Amino acid sequence: MNTEGKVFKYPDNVDTDVIIPARYLNTPDAKELALHCMEDIDTEFVKKVQAGDVMVAGWNFGCGSSREHAPLVIKTCGTGCVIAKSFARIFYRNAINIGLPILECEEAAEEISADDQVKVDFDTGVITDITTGKTYKAQPFPPFIQNIIKCGGLLKSLKEGENNG
Amino acid sequence: MGMTMTQKILAAHAGLDKVEAGQLISAKLDIVLGNDITTPVAVNEFKKAGFDRVFDKDRVAIVLDHFVPNKDIKAAEQSKTCREFACSHCVSHFYDVGKMGIEHALLPEQGVVTAGDCIIGADSHTCTYGALGAFSTGVGSTDMAAGMATGMAWFKVPSAVNFNLTGKLPYNCSGKDVILTIIGMIGVDGSLYKSMEFTGEGAHGLSMDDRLCICNMAIEAGAKNGIFPVDDVTMEYLNGRSERIPVVYEADTDAEYERVVDIDLTKIVPVVACPHLPENTRPASELHHIKIDQVVIGSCTNGRMEDMEAAYNILKGKKVADGIRCIIIPGTMHILRECVERGYYTAFIDAGAVVSTPTCGPCLGGYMGILAAGERCIATTNRNFVGRMGHVDSEVYLASPHTAAASALTGYITEYKEA
Repeated sequence: MNTEGKVFKYPDNVDTDVIIPARYLNTPDAKELALHCMEDIDTEFVKKVQAGDVMVAGWNFGCGSSREHAPLVIKTCGTGCVIAKSFARIFYRNAINIGLPILECEEAAEEISADDQVKVDFDTGVITDITTGKTYKAQPFPPFIQNIIKCGGLLKSLKEGENNG
Repeated sequence: MGMTMTQKILAAHAGLDKVEAGQLISAKLDIVLGNDITTPVAVNEFKKAGFDRVFDKDRVAIVLDHFVPNKDIKAAEQSKTCREFACSHCVSHFYDVGKMGIEHALLPEQGVVTAGDCIIGADSHTCTYGALGAFSTGVGSTDMAAGMATGMAWFKVPSAVNFNLTGKLPYNCSGKDVILTIIGMIGVDGSLYKSMEFTGEGAHGLSMDDRLCICNMAIEAGAKNGIFPVDDVTMEYLNGRSERIPVVYEADTDAEYERVVDIDLTKIVPVVACPHLPENTRPASELHHIKIDQVVIGSCTNGRMEDMEAAYNILKGKKVADGIRCIIIPGTMHILRECVERGYYTAFIDAGAVVSTPTCGPCLGGYMGILAAGERCIATTNRNFVGRMGHVDSEVYLASPHTAAASALTGYITEYKEA
Protein backbone atom coordinates (compact mmCIF):
# COMPACT_ATOMS: atom_id res chain seq x y z
CA MET A 1 0.00 0.00 0.00
CA ASN A 2 1.16 3.49 -0.76
CA THR A 3 0.03 7.02 -1.57
CA GLU A 4 1.41 9.89 -3.59
CA GLY A 5 0.31 13.49 -3.64
CA LYS A 6 0.78 17.11 -2.73
CA VAL A 7 1.56 18.26 0.82
CA PHE A 8 -0.71 20.39 3.01
CA LYS A 9 1.37 21.61 5.95
CA TYR A 10 0.03 22.39 9.42
CA PRO A 11 1.52 23.51 12.76
CA ASP A 12 1.71 21.86 16.23
CA ASN A 13 -1.41 21.01 18.26
CA VAL A 14 -3.94 20.86 15.42
CA ASP A 15 -7.08 20.01 17.41
CA THR A 16 -10.15 18.05 16.41
CA ASP A 17 -12.31 21.18 16.78
CA VAL A 18 -10.56 22.74 13.80
CA ILE A 19 -10.38 19.46 11.86
CA ILE A 20 -14.19 19.27 12.12
CA PRO A 21 -15.96 21.97 14.18
CA ALA A 22 -18.57 20.66 16.63
CA ARG A 23 -21.22 22.97 15.15
CA TYR A 24 -21.45 20.51 12.24
CA LEU A 25 -21.64 17.37 14.41
CA ASN A 26 -25.41 17.16 14.27
CA THR A 27 -24.99 14.58 11.54
CA PRO A 28 -22.91 11.39 11.35
CA ASP A 29 -22.80 11.63 7.51
CA ALA A 30 -19.10 11.58 6.54
CA LYS A 31 -19.57 13.15 3.08
CA GLU A 32 -21.56 16.06 4.48
CA LEU A 33 -19.06 16.56 7.32
CA ALA A 34 -16.08 16.38 4.95
CA LEU A 35 -17.20 19.63 3.27
CA HIS A 36 -16.02 21.44 6.45
CA CYS A 37 -12.71 19.64 7.01
CA MET A 38 -10.05 22.04 8.43
CA GLU A 39 -12.21 25.10 7.60
CA ASP A 40 -11.46 27.03 10.81
CA ILE A 41 -7.71 27.13 10.06
CA ASP A 42 -7.57 26.55 6.29
CA THR A 43 -10.57 27.47 4.17
CA GLU A 44 -8.69 26.42 1.00
CA PHE A 45 -8.06 22.79 2.03
CA VAL A 46 -11.39 21.33 0.97
CA LYS A 47 -11.26 23.21 -2.37
CA LYS A 48 -7.73 22.09 -3.21
CA VAL A 49 -7.28 18.57 -1.79
CA GLN A 50 -7.09 15.70 -4.27
CA ALA A 51 -7.09 11.95 -3.77
CA GLY A 52 -3.76 10.75 -2.40
CA ASP A 53 -2.61 14.11 -1.00
CA VAL A 54 -0.67 14.15 2.26
CA MET A 55 -1.08 16.20 5.46
CA VAL A 56 2.16 17.00 7.27
CA ALA A 57 1.96 18.49 10.78
CA GLY A 58 3.88 19.10 13.99
CA TRP A 59 3.48 17.74 17.51
CA ASN A 60 0.24 16.42 19.06
CA PHE A 61 -1.86 16.28 15.87
CA GLY A 62 -5.55 15.62 16.58
CA CYS A 63 -5.60 16.73 20.22
CA GLY A 64 -8.86 17.46 22.02
CA SER A 65 -12.18 15.75 21.48
CA SER A 66 -12.52 12.00 20.90
CA ARG A 67 -14.69 12.57 17.84
CA GLU A 68 -13.97 9.87 15.29
CA HIS A 69 -15.48 12.27 12.78
CA ALA A 70 -12.01 13.93 12.68
CA PRO A 71 -9.98 11.15 11.03
CA LEU A 72 -13.11 10.20 9.10
CA VAL A 73 -13.42 13.59 7.35
CA ILE A 74 -9.69 13.67 6.60
CA LYS A 75 -10.02 10.24 4.97
CA THR A 76 -13.29 11.10 3.21
CA CYS A 77 -11.69 14.20 1.63
CA GLY A 78 -9.31 11.83 -0.14
CA THR A 79 -6.24 12.44 2.01
CA GLY A 80 -3.92 9.46 1.56
CA CYS A 81 -1.88 9.84 4.74
CA VAL A 82 -1.11 12.10 7.71
CA ILE A 83 2.52 12.48 8.78
CA ALA A 84 3.17 14.23 12.10
CA LYS A 85 5.87 14.59 14.75
CA SER A 86 3.38 13.01 17.17
CA PHE A 87 -0.34 12.28 17.40
CA ALA A 88 -2.78 12.77 20.26
CA ARG A 89 -3.63 9.30 21.57
CA ILE A 90 -7.36 9.11 20.84
CA PHE A 91 -6.85 10.42 17.30
CA TYR A 92 -4.11 7.79 16.83
CA ARG A 93 -6.47 4.97 17.92
CA ASN A 94 -9.33 6.31 15.84
CA ALA A 95 -7.21 6.64 12.70
CA ILE A 96 -6.11 3.00 13.02
CA ASN A 97 -9.64 1.84 13.81
CA ILE A 98 -11.16 3.48 10.72
CA GLY A 99 -8.23 2.82 8.37
CA LEU A 100 -6.68 6.27 7.87
CA PRO A 101 -2.94 5.73 7.37
CA ILE A 102 -0.83 7.82 9.77
CA LEU A 103 2.91 7.93 10.34
CA GLU A 104 5.03 9.45 13.10
CA CYS A 105 8.28 10.89 11.75
CA GLU A 106 9.78 13.97 13.36
CA GLU A 107 12.40 14.61 10.69
CA ALA A 108 9.99 14.33 7.77
CA ALA A 109 7.40 16.48 9.52
CA GLU A 110 10.05 19.14 10.14
CA GLU A 111 11.66 19.21 6.70
CA ILE A 112 8.89 18.54 4.17
CA SER A 113 7.40 21.79 2.81
CA ALA A 114 3.89 22.73 1.77
CA ASP A 115 3.12 21.87 -1.87
CA ASP A 116 5.99 19.34 -2.13
CA GLN A 117 5.14 16.14 -3.98
CA VAL A 118 5.48 13.22 -1.55
CA LYS A 119 5.29 9.44 -1.85
CA VAL A 120 4.62 7.19 1.17
CA ASP A 121 5.09 3.41 1.31
CA PHE A 122 3.06 2.11 4.28
CA ASP A 123 4.62 -1.36 4.26
CA THR A 124 8.16 -0.09 4.73
CA GLY A 125 7.40 3.27 6.39
CA VAL A 126 9.56 5.01 3.77
CA ILE A 127 8.55 8.60 2.96
CA THR A 128 10.02 10.12 -0.21
CA ASP A 129 9.91 13.86 -0.85
CA ILE A 130 9.98 13.78 -4.66
CA THR A 131 10.42 17.57 -4.83
CA THR A 132 13.64 17.57 -2.79
CA GLY A 133 14.71 13.99 -3.47
CA LYS A 134 15.12 13.24 0.25
CA THR A 135 13.82 10.05 1.92
CA TYR A 136 12.78 9.43 5.52
CA LYS A 137 11.95 6.31 7.54
CA ALA A 138 8.97 6.34 9.89
CA GLN A 139 8.46 3.90 12.78
CA PRO A 140 6.45 0.91 11.53
CA PHE A 141 3.34 -0.14 13.51
CA PRO A 142 3.59 -3.09 15.92
CA PRO A 143 2.22 -6.38 14.42
CA PHE A 144 -0.98 -6.20 16.51
CA ILE A 145 -1.91 -2.87 14.93
CA GLN A 146 -0.70 -3.93 11.49
CA ASN A 147 -3.26 -6.73 11.71
CA ILE A 148 -6.09 -4.29 12.43
CA ILE A 149 -5.08 -2.20 9.41
CA LYS A 150 -4.67 -5.30 7.23
CA CYS A 151 -8.20 -6.43 8.13
CA GLY A 152 -9.59 -3.00 7.22
CA GLY A 153 -10.31 -1.70 10.71
CA LEU A 154 -10.96 -2.85 14.26
CA LEU A 155 -14.43 -4.34 13.85
CA LYS A 156 -13.46 -6.32 10.78
CA SER A 157 -10.43 -7.66 12.64
CA LEU A 158 -12.70 -8.72 15.53
CA LYS A 159 -15.10 -10.46 13.17
CA GLU A 160 -12.18 -12.20 11.49
CA GLY A 161 -10.91 -13.31 14.93
CA GLU A 162 -14.39 -14.63 15.77
CA ASN A 163 -14.52 -16.65 12.54
CA ASN A 164 -11.03 -18.06 13.07
CA GLY A 165 -11.55 -18.76 16.75
CA MET B 1 10.06 -2.70 39.38
CA GLY B 2 6.52 -2.50 40.70
CA MET B 3 3.36 -1.32 38.97
CA THR B 4 1.58 2.01 39.07
CA MET B 5 -2.05 2.15 40.21
CA THR B 6 -3.20 2.32 36.57
CA GLN B 7 -1.03 -0.68 35.63
CA LYS B 8 -2.47 -2.69 38.55
CA ILE B 9 -6.04 -2.09 37.34
CA LEU B 10 -5.12 -2.92 33.74
CA ALA B 11 -3.27 -6.11 34.75
CA ALA B 12 -6.28 -7.31 36.77
CA HIS B 13 -8.66 -6.65 33.86
CA ALA B 14 -6.32 -8.39 31.41
CA GLY B 15 -6.08 -11.45 33.69
CA LEU B 16 -2.34 -10.95 34.12
CA ASP B 17 -0.15 -10.88 37.24
CA LYS B 18 2.02 -8.16 35.84
CA VAL B 19 2.09 -5.66 32.97
CA GLU B 20 4.77 -3.23 31.84
CA ALA B 21 4.64 0.15 30.13
CA GLY B 22 4.41 -0.31 26.36
CA GLN B 23 2.85 -3.79 26.54
CA LEU B 24 -0.23 -4.36 24.34
CA ILE B 25 -3.07 -5.99 26.27
CA SER B 26 -6.71 -6.89 25.82
CA ALA B 27 -8.72 -5.91 28.90
CA LYS B 28 -12.22 -6.61 30.20
CA LEU B 29 -14.46 -3.56 30.44
CA ASP B 30 -16.77 -2.67 33.31
CA ILE B 31 -18.58 0.16 31.53
CA VAL B 32 -18.74 1.28 27.88
CA LEU B 33 -20.07 4.82 27.44
CA GLY B 34 -21.31 6.94 24.54
CA ASN B 35 -23.19 10.22 24.01
CA ASP B 36 -25.59 11.66 21.43
CA ILE B 37 -22.75 12.66 19.07
CA THR B 38 -20.51 9.61 19.25
CA THR B 39 -23.11 6.84 19.72
CA PRO B 40 -24.79 7.21 16.30
CA VAL B 41 -21.42 6.61 14.60
CA ALA B 42 -20.82 3.61 16.89
CA VAL B 43 -24.30 2.20 16.20
CA ASN B 44 -23.62 2.43 12.49
CA GLU B 45 -20.29 0.59 12.86
CA PHE B 46 -21.84 -1.99 15.22
CA LYS B 47 -24.55 -2.84 12.68
CA LYS B 48 -22.25 -2.68 9.66
CA ALA B 49 -19.93 -5.24 11.25
CA GLY B 50 -22.89 -7.56 11.77
CA PHE B 51 -23.13 -7.56 15.58
CA ASP B 52 -26.67 -8.05 16.88
CA ARG B 53 -26.31 -7.87 20.66
CA VAL B 54 -24.44 -5.90 23.30
CA PHE B 55 -22.16 -7.92 25.59
CA ASP B 56 -24.07 -6.88 28.73
CA LYS B 57 -27.07 -4.55 28.81
CA ASP B 58 -26.10 -3.35 32.29
CA ARG B 59 -22.54 -2.41 31.27
CA VAL B 60 -23.40 -0.02 28.44
CA ALA B 61 -24.23 3.62 29.25
CA ILE B 62 -25.70 5.99 26.67
CA VAL B 63 -26.20 9.60 27.74
CA LEU B 64 -27.87 12.24 25.58
CA ASP B 65 -26.10 15.42 26.71
CA HIS B 66 -24.38 17.36 23.95
CA PHE B 67 -27.33 18.73 21.99
CA VAL B 68 -30.40 18.01 24.17
CA PRO B 69 -33.15 19.04 24.51
CA ASN B 70 -32.46 18.78 20.78
CA LYS B 71 -31.15 21.97 19.24
CA ASP B 72 -32.30 21.18 15.69
CA ILE B 73 -33.79 18.50 13.46
CA LYS B 74 -30.47 16.80 12.72
CA ALA B 75 -29.64 16.59 16.43
CA ALA B 76 -33.09 15.14 17.03
CA GLU B 77 -32.37 12.43 14.46
CA GLN B 78 -29.13 11.57 16.27
CA SER B 79 -30.94 11.30 19.61
CA LYS B 80 -33.54 9.11 17.95
CA THR B 81 -30.82 6.75 16.70
CA CYS B 82 -29.45 6.47 20.28
CA ARG B 83 -32.92 5.99 21.77
CA GLU B 84 -33.88 3.23 19.33
CA PHE B 85 -30.60 1.41 19.84
CA ALA B 86 -30.86 1.65 23.65
CA CYS B 87 -34.44 0.43 23.55
CA SER B 88 -33.84 -2.48 21.17
CA HIS B 89 -30.86 -3.72 23.23
CA CYS B 90 -32.55 -3.01 26.62
CA VAL B 91 -29.63 -0.79 27.67
CA SER B 92 -30.33 -0.16 31.35
CA HIS B 93 -28.17 2.97 31.68
CA PHE B 94 -29.87 5.08 29.02
CA TYR B 95 -30.37 8.70 30.05
CA ASP B 96 -32.80 10.81 28.05
CA VAL B 97 -34.18 14.31 28.68
CA GLY B 98 -35.55 14.54 32.23
CA LYS B 99 -33.11 11.92 33.52
CA MET B 100 -29.97 12.97 31.73
CA GLY B 101 -27.07 15.06 32.95
CA ILE B 102 -23.68 15.88 31.51
CA GLU B 103 -22.26 12.36 31.25
CA HIS B 104 -19.16 12.86 33.42
CA ALA B 105 -21.15 14.56 36.17
CA LEU B 106 -23.93 12.01 35.88
CA LEU B 107 -22.23 8.58 35.91
CA PRO B 108 -20.27 9.12 39.17
CA GLU B 109 -23.33 10.73 40.81
CA GLN B 110 -25.55 7.78 39.84
CA GLY B 111 -23.00 5.21 41.01
CA VAL B 112 -22.63 3.71 37.51
CA VAL B 113 -18.83 3.91 37.73
CA THR B 114 -16.78 2.93 40.76
CA ALA B 115 -13.30 2.35 42.18
CA GLY B 116 -11.27 -0.34 40.43
CA ASP B 117 -13.30 -0.20 37.21
CA CYS B 118 -11.85 -0.34 33.71
CA ILE B 119 -13.96 2.04 31.61
CA ILE B 120 -13.94 3.33 28.05
CA GLY B 121 -16.13 6.12 26.77
CA ALA B 122 -16.58 7.64 23.34
CA ASP B 123 -15.91 11.06 24.80
CA SER B 124 -12.46 12.40 25.54
CA HIS B 125 -13.38 13.53 29.06
CA THR B 126 -14.12 9.96 30.15
CA CYS B 127 -10.82 10.27 32.03
CA THR B 128 -12.88 12.05 34.75
CA TYR B 129 -13.66 8.80 36.64
CA GLY B 130 -10.03 8.35 37.64
CA ALA B 131 -11.04 10.55 40.57
CA LEU B 132 -12.87 7.50 41.96
CA GLY B 133 -9.79 5.29 41.65
CA ALA B 134 -10.83 3.74 38.33
CA PHE B 135 -8.94 3.35 35.04
CA SER B 136 -11.02 5.34 32.61
CA THR B 137 -10.15 6.69 29.19
CA GLY B 138 -11.65 8.32 26.11
CA VAL B 139 -11.86 6.46 22.82
CA GLY B 140 -13.61 6.86 19.48
CA SER B 141 -16.89 5.49 18.21
CA THR B 142 -15.39 2.36 16.64
CA ASP B 143 -13.79 1.40 19.96
CA MET B 144 -17.16 2.01 21.60
CA ALA B 145 -18.83 -0.28 19.06
CA ALA B 146 -16.21 -2.98 19.63
CA GLY B 147 -16.54 -2.55 23.41
CA MET B 148 -20.33 -2.86 23.26
CA ALA B 149 -20.03 -6.00 21.14
CA THR B 150 -17.27 -7.81 23.02
CA GLY B 151 -16.86 -6.19 26.44
CA MET B 152 -13.15 -5.90 25.69
CA ALA B 153 -10.72 -3.25 24.47
CA TRP B 154 -7.07 -3.21 23.49
CA PHE B 155 -4.68 -0.90 25.32
CA LYS B 156 -1.03 -0.05 25.26
CA VAL B 157 -0.07 -0.05 28.95
CA PRO B 158 0.90 3.54 29.79
CA SER B 159 3.89 4.77 31.72
CA ALA B 160 3.09 7.38 34.36
CA VAL B 161 4.00 10.75 35.74
CA ASN B 162 3.46 11.19 39.48
CA PHE B 163 2.09 14.52 40.70
CA ASN B 164 2.87 14.72 44.40
CA LEU B 165 0.53 17.27 45.99
CA THR B 166 1.26 18.91 49.32
CA GLY B 167 -0.55 21.51 51.43
CA LYS B 168 -4.03 23.00 51.12
CA LEU B 169 -5.54 25.24 48.45
CA PRO B 170 -6.16 28.94 49.18
CA TYR B 171 -9.84 29.87 49.73
CA ASN B 172 -10.26 31.36 46.23
CA CYS B 173 -8.79 28.39 44.32
CA SER B 174 -10.19 25.01 43.37
CA GLY B 175 -9.24 21.86 41.50
CA LYS B 176 -9.58 23.84 38.26
CA ASP B 177 -6.70 26.11 39.25
CA VAL B 178 -4.61 23.03 40.11
CA ILE B 179 -5.09 21.30 36.77
CA LEU B 180 -4.73 24.52 34.72
CA THR B 181 -1.49 25.27 36.59
CA ILE B 182 -0.20 21.77 35.85
CA ILE B 183 -1.13 22.00 32.14
CA GLY B 184 0.58 25.39 32.03
CA MET B 185 3.72 23.75 33.44
CA ILE B 186 3.87 20.62 31.30
CA GLY B 187 2.03 21.68 28.11
CA VAL B 188 -0.87 20.23 26.13
CA ASP B 189 1.21 17.16 25.23
CA GLY B 190 3.10 17.06 28.53
CA SER B 191 1.59 13.69 29.47
CA LEU B 192 0.99 12.30 25.97
CA TYR B 193 0.03 8.58 26.13
CA LYS B 194 0.81 8.55 29.88
CA SER B 195 -1.07 8.27 33.16
CA MET B 196 -1.18 11.23 35.50
CA GLU B 197 -1.19 9.79 39.03
CA PHE B 198 -2.02 12.31 41.75
CA THR B 199 -0.76 11.41 45.21
CA GLY B 200 0.46 12.97 48.46
CA GLU B 201 -1.25 14.42 51.52
CA GLY B 202 -2.44 17.34 49.40
CA ALA B 203 -4.37 14.93 47.16
CA HIS B 204 -6.14 13.41 50.15
CA GLY B 205 -7.19 16.89 51.27
CA LEU B 206 -9.04 17.59 48.01
CA SER B 207 -12.81 17.16 47.75
CA MET B 208 -14.33 14.66 45.31
CA ASP B 209 -15.59 17.51 43.09
CA ASP B 210 -12.04 18.90 42.89
CA ARG B 211 -10.65 15.45 42.06
CA LEU B 212 -13.26 14.91 39.33
CA CYS B 213 -12.36 18.32 37.84
CA ILE B 214 -8.62 17.57 37.92
CA CYS B 215 -8.95 14.13 36.28
CA ASN B 216 -11.43 15.55 33.76
CA MET B 217 -8.74 17.75 32.24
CA ALA B 218 -5.96 15.12 32.17
CA ILE B 219 -6.76 14.76 28.45
CA GLU B 220 -5.88 18.44 28.02
CA ALA B 221 -2.29 17.45 28.85
CA GLY B 222 -2.55 14.61 26.31
CA ALA B 223 -2.84 11.95 29.05
CA LYS B 224 -4.43 8.54 28.66
CA ASN B 225 -5.90 8.82 32.15
CA GLY B 226 -5.70 10.69 35.42
CA ILE B 227 -6.11 8.84 38.72
CA PHE B 228 -6.36 9.45 42.48
CA PRO B 229 -5.77 6.87 45.21
CA VAL B 230 -8.86 5.54 46.97
CA ASP B 231 -9.18 7.04 50.48
CA ASP B 232 -11.85 8.02 53.01
CA VAL B 233 -13.12 10.81 50.75
CA THR B 234 -13.60 8.29 47.92
CA MET B 235 -15.34 5.71 50.09
CA GLU B 236 -17.62 8.31 51.61
CA TYR B 237 -18.60 9.39 48.11
CA LEU B 238 -19.13 5.84 46.82
CA ASN B 239 -21.02 4.51 49.83
CA GLY B 240 -24.71 4.29 49.14
CA ARG B 241 -24.39 5.18 45.46
CA SER B 242 -22.03 2.66 43.86
CA GLU B 243 -24.05 -0.08 42.17
CA ARG B 244 -21.11 -2.48 42.23
CA ILE B 245 -18.65 -3.18 45.04
CA PRO B 246 -15.66 -0.85 44.80
CA VAL B 247 -12.29 -2.58 44.37
CA VAL B 248 -9.25 -0.80 45.76
CA TYR B 249 -5.93 -0.93 43.89
CA GLU B 250 -2.79 0.74 45.19
CA ALA B 251 0.42 1.58 43.39
CA ASP B 252 3.37 -0.57 44.45
CA THR B 253 5.82 1.27 46.69
CA ASP B 254 8.50 0.70 44.04
CA ALA B 255 6.25 1.68 41.11
CA GLU B 256 8.16 3.22 38.25
CA TYR B 257 7.32 6.81 37.30
CA GLU B 258 8.86 8.67 34.36
CA ARG B 259 9.12 11.64 36.66
CA VAL B 260 7.75 13.08 39.86
CA VAL B 261 6.37 16.61 39.86
CA ASP B 262 5.90 18.29 43.25
CA ILE B 263 2.97 20.69 43.50
CA ASP B 264 2.60 22.85 46.60
CA LEU B 265 -1.13 23.60 46.77
CA THR B 266 -0.58 26.53 49.12
CA LYS B 267 1.24 28.33 46.27
CA ILE B 268 -1.59 27.90 43.72
CA VAL B 269 -3.18 31.18 42.59
CA PRO B 270 -6.34 31.73 40.50
CA VAL B 271 -5.24 31.10 36.91
CA VAL B 272 -6.79 31.58 33.49
CA ALA B 273 -5.90 29.73 30.28
CA CYS B 274 -5.83 32.32 27.49
CA PRO B 275 -6.72 31.55 23.85
CA HIS B 276 -6.18 29.24 22.07
CA LEU B 277 -4.61 26.44 24.11
CA PRO B 278 -5.23 25.24 27.69
CA GLU B 279 -1.46 25.55 28.33
CA ASN B 280 -1.51 29.35 27.88
CA THR B 281 -2.03 29.97 31.57
CA ARG B 282 -1.56 33.29 33.34
CA PRO B 283 -2.46 34.43 36.86
CA ALA B 284 -5.93 36.03 36.72
CA SER B 285 -4.41 39.03 38.51
CA GLU B 286 -2.41 39.86 35.35
CA LEU B 287 -5.50 39.88 33.13
CA HIS B 288 -7.68 42.59 34.68
CA HIS B 289 -7.59 44.54 31.40
CA ILE B 290 -9.36 41.75 29.45
CA LYS B 291 -12.97 42.80 28.87
CA ILE B 292 -15.46 39.97 28.45
CA ASP B 293 -18.91 39.61 26.88
CA GLN B 294 -20.06 36.30 28.31
CA VAL B 295 -19.56 34.03 31.32
CA VAL B 296 -20.32 30.29 31.28
CA ILE B 297 -20.35 28.32 34.55
CA GLY B 298 -20.99 24.63 33.98
CA SER B 299 -19.73 21.69 31.84
CA CYS B 300 -18.36 18.24 32.70
CA THR B 301 -15.38 20.05 34.21
CA ASN B 302 -17.21 22.43 36.56
CA GLY B 303 -20.96 21.79 36.64
CA ARG B 304 -21.02 20.04 40.03
CA MET B 305 -22.52 21.12 43.35
CA GLU B 306 -19.38 22.76 44.73
CA ASP B 307 -19.10 24.77 41.52
CA MET B 308 -22.68 25.96 41.87
CA GLU B 309 -21.98 26.78 45.51
CA ALA B 310 -18.91 28.85 44.59
CA ALA B 311 -20.95 30.76 41.99
CA TYR B 312 -23.77 31.31 44.50
CA ASN B 313 -21.48 32.60 47.24
CA ILE B 314 -20.03 35.18 44.87
CA LEU B 315 -23.19 36.20 42.96
CA LYS B 316 -25.80 36.24 45.75
CA GLY B 317 -27.16 39.71 46.42
CA LYS B 318 -25.03 41.18 43.63
CA LYS B 319 -25.64 42.07 39.98
CA VAL B 320 -23.92 40.78 36.88
CA ALA B 321 -22.20 43.75 35.17
CA ASP B 322 -24.10 45.56 32.41
CA GLY B 323 -23.61 44.02 29.01
CA ILE B 324 -22.46 40.63 30.37
CA ARG B 325 -24.41 37.46 29.55
CA CYS B 326 -23.93 35.06 32.47
CA ILE B 327 -25.02 31.48 31.73
CA ILE B 328 -25.10 28.90 34.53
CA ILE B 329 -25.56 25.22 33.68
CA PRO B 330 -25.92 22.71 36.52
CA GLY B 331 -24.41 19.38 35.43
CA THR B 332 -27.27 17.02 36.27
CA MET B 333 -30.98 17.12 37.13
CA HIS B 334 -30.06 16.27 40.73
CA ILE B 335 -27.71 19.26 40.91
CA LEU B 336 -30.33 21.49 39.24
CA ARG B 337 -32.91 20.38 41.81
CA GLU B 338 -30.45 21.02 44.63
CA CYS B 339 -29.87 24.54 43.23
CA VAL B 340 -33.64 25.14 43.38
CA GLU B 341 -33.96 23.76 46.93
CA ARG B 342 -31.02 25.69 48.30
CA GLY B 343 -32.26 28.96 46.77
CA TYR B 344 -29.31 29.24 44.38
CA TYR B 345 -31.60 29.28 41.35
CA THR B 346 -33.45 32.40 42.56
CA ALA B 347 -30.20 34.08 43.59
CA PHE B 348 -28.74 33.48 40.12
CA ILE B 349 -31.83 34.97 38.44
CA ASP B 350 -31.82 37.94 40.81
CA ALA B 351 -28.17 38.54 39.95
CA GLY B 352 -29.12 38.72 36.27
CA ALA B 353 -27.84 35.31 35.19
CA VAL B 354 -29.72 32.65 33.22
CA VAL B 355 -29.89 29.03 34.34
CA SER B 356 -30.16 26.20 31.82
CA THR B 357 -31.09 22.55 32.14
CA PRO B 358 -28.00 20.28 31.95
CA THR B 359 -26.24 20.29 28.58
CA CYS B 360 -22.72 20.41 27.09
CA GLY B 361 -24.20 23.15 24.82
CA PRO B 362 -21.85 26.13 24.69
CA CYS B 363 -18.65 24.31 25.75
CA LEU B 364 -18.24 22.85 22.27
CA GLY B 365 -20.01 25.62 20.38
CA GLY B 366 -23.19 23.57 20.06
CA TYR B 367 -25.86 25.98 21.29
CA MET B 368 -26.98 27.90 24.44
CA GLY B 369 -24.35 30.63 24.25
CA ILE B 370 -22.56 30.78 20.89
CA LEU B 371 -20.10 33.65 20.47
CA ALA B 372 -20.08 36.17 17.59
CA ALA B 373 -16.90 37.41 15.87
CA GLY B 374 -14.69 39.37 18.25
CA GLU B 375 -16.55 38.30 21.41
CA ARG B 376 -14.84 36.96 24.52
CA CYS B 377 -16.08 34.48 27.08
CA ILE B 378 -14.64 33.42 30.41
CA ALA B 379 -15.79 29.85 30.95
CA THR B 380 -15.34 27.05 33.45
CA THR B 381 -15.20 24.63 30.48
CA ASN B 382 -12.16 22.68 29.34
CA ARG B 383 -11.07 23.85 25.86
CA ASN B 384 -10.29 27.23 24.36
CA PHE B 385 -9.35 26.14 20.84
CA VAL B 386 -10.00 28.32 17.78
CA GLY B 387 -13.77 28.51 17.19
CA ARG B 388 -14.54 26.21 20.13
CA MET B 389 -17.51 28.28 21.39
CA GLY B 390 -18.60 29.86 18.14
CA HIS B 391 -17.09 32.18 15.54
CA VAL B 392 -13.44 31.51 14.58
CA ASP B 393 -12.63 35.07 15.66
CA SER B 394 -14.15 34.66 19.15
CA GLU B 395 -12.09 33.88 22.26
CA VAL B 396 -12.50 31.58 25.26
CA TYR B 397 -10.65 32.05 28.57
CA LEU B 398 -10.72 29.02 30.86
CA ALA B 399 -11.05 29.55 34.61
CA SER B 400 -12.48 28.25 37.88
CA PRO B 401 -16.08 28.93 38.97
CA HIS B 402 -14.73 31.44 41.53
CA THR B 403 -12.90 33.44 38.88
CA ALA B 404 -15.72 33.18 36.32
CA ALA B 405 -18.34 34.37 38.82
CA ALA B 406 -16.12 37.23 40.08
CA SER B 407 -15.55 38.26 36.44
CA ALA B 408 -19.30 38.29 35.78
CA LEU B 409 -19.65 41.04 38.41
CA THR B 410 -16.97 43.31 36.93
CA GLY B 411 -17.15 42.57 33.21
CA TYR B 412 -13.38 42.02 33.19
CA ILE B 413 -11.26 39.02 34.13
CA THR B 414 -11.16 39.22 37.93
CA GLU B 415 -10.03 36.80 40.64
CA TYR B 416 -12.31 36.37 43.64
CA LYS B 417 -11.25 38.09 46.83
CA GLU B 418 -13.03 38.00 50.16
CA ALA B 419 -14.46 41.38 51.07
